[in-house]
Amino acid sequence: MGEAIVITSGKGGVGKTTTSANLGTALALSGKKVCLVDTDIGLRNLDVLMGLENRIIYDLVDVAEERCKLKQALIKDKRFECLYLLPAAQTKDKSSITPEQVKKIVQELKQDYDYVIIDCPAGIEQGFKNAIAGADKSIVVTNPETASMRDADRIIGLLEQEDMEPPKLIVNRLRNHLAKNGDMLDVDEIVSVLSIELLGVVIDDENVIKAANKGEPVALQPDSKASIAYRNIARRILGESVPLLSLEEDKGFFGKIKTLLGMK
Amino acid sequence: MAMVQKLQHNVTIKGTKDGLVLLLDDKCSFDLLVEELNDKLTAGSSQMLNGPVISVKVKAGNRYLTAEQEEKLLEVLKQKENLFLDHIESEVITKAEAEEMRKDAQVVTVSKVVRSGQVLDIQGDLLLIGDVNPGATVMATGNIYILGSLKGIAHCGTKGNEEAIIAASVMKPSQLRIAHHINRAPDSYPELGNEMEFAYISNEEKQIRIDRISAVHRLRPKLNSLL
Repeated sequence: MGEAIVITSGKGGVGKTTTSANLGTALALSGKKVCLVDTDIGLRNLDVLMGLENRIIYDLVDVAEERCKLKQALIKDKRFECLYLLPAAQTKDKSSITPEQVKKIVQELKQDYDYVIIDCPAGIEQGFKNAIAGADKSIVVTNPETASMRDADRIIGLLEQEDMEPPKLIVNRLRNHLAKNGDMLDVDEIVSVLSIELLGVVIDDENVIKAANKGEPVALQPDSKASIAYRNIARRILGESVPLLSLEEDKGFFGKIKTLLGMK
Repeated sequence: MAMVQKLQHNVTIKGTKDGLVLLLDDKCSFDLLVEELNDKLTAGSSQMLNGPVISVKVKAGNRYLTAEQEEKLLEVLKQKENLFLDHIESEVITKAEAEEMRKDAQVVTVSKVVRSGQVLDIQGDLLLIGDVNPGATVMATGNIYILGSLKGIAHCGTKGNEEAIIAASVMKPSQLRIAHHINRAPDSYPELGNEMEFAYISNEEKQIRIDRISAVHRLRPKLNSLL
């Protein structure tokens, strides 16, 4: 029996889908059986990030309405034997499925997979309720900016009312030089306001965008900063204690970027 | 029979320098009271009861007056245009009223982070051990004490108590409300030391003011229950 983790944020565009894709990939890299579930019905993206868009035949709504078997809708990843995707429907909307249906599907998936990663849509309405229905754990993604943090706070409040473990936090798209100058919220400040456990910090890395456009999660790259961050988060989910990347290292990284830019 | 009742004086009218006090007997029936009050107001002594506006206090003793009965008394008093009902007081209250009073006097301890979109509404005083995040609201009919940082909205004295205060370890609210007074936060907070502060309505300006917590015993001496 595996566990279901929902990736959510409240605000749109903070990197829920990217996080889902990369955590799924990183967990699969560690040899776990992983199933990604996209619950963003009508605005699905997870399949695109994974490069699996053109393999979709059946989707989540088809499974919920029993037009196909669950196994028929699952798409095996190109790269990993142990990574699967259950895509969302693109032609329907959030109300075409109920939390009970999602819960049933997730329960079924948990029998076969070590981790079921549920990608949640933005907002706190039906789509959110669907996504969290079957989850045992939750991860809240936020960006180091006030609006995103406010929404994360709201979402944490809603998650705390649910019957699941306290949510954990990923700070995504941190630009360290801005945070240091005080132009951006720093991680300590975010954690002190949201007061939940920090699972990891992902630096704003252009490799993420490049990889996404190619349909290959950045976690597959051996040495990019974001990829290391995602793999570290996956290791923390697996129960290892991995220290956060220190600020000094980050400085070195930005130093490298600067020299790279200088060379160009 | 009527003679005997008159002698019993179920309704006694007393004059004080603040106005009239109606002492109502608490043994006889209510109808009898109304009848006698009616008689006394309209009959012989009516001369005394004509003139400038006089405030009237009604003391009902150990009799519980329902809202209907109070209405009835008011109706009788209204016959005299110069009489103005100040209030009706009774030695007895219902269990429900007593429960309300107990709730208004209690201190409710809550330990949690009140997050954006959440509203914590308390009857009585609120002792919050935790933060009030931006976008969150805490409300109490009495005072609000926050052991943590207040960054959202706090509303004390929600039933109109202007004496209520809001105290917070870190006072950076987006809005403060005391009774029906509202105060918006400054657009930015100066980087000062983290000194515990409290908000109250100042007597002179009738406005919400913030002062150091050490001033609370001077400005709100009634908060002190240790005499």
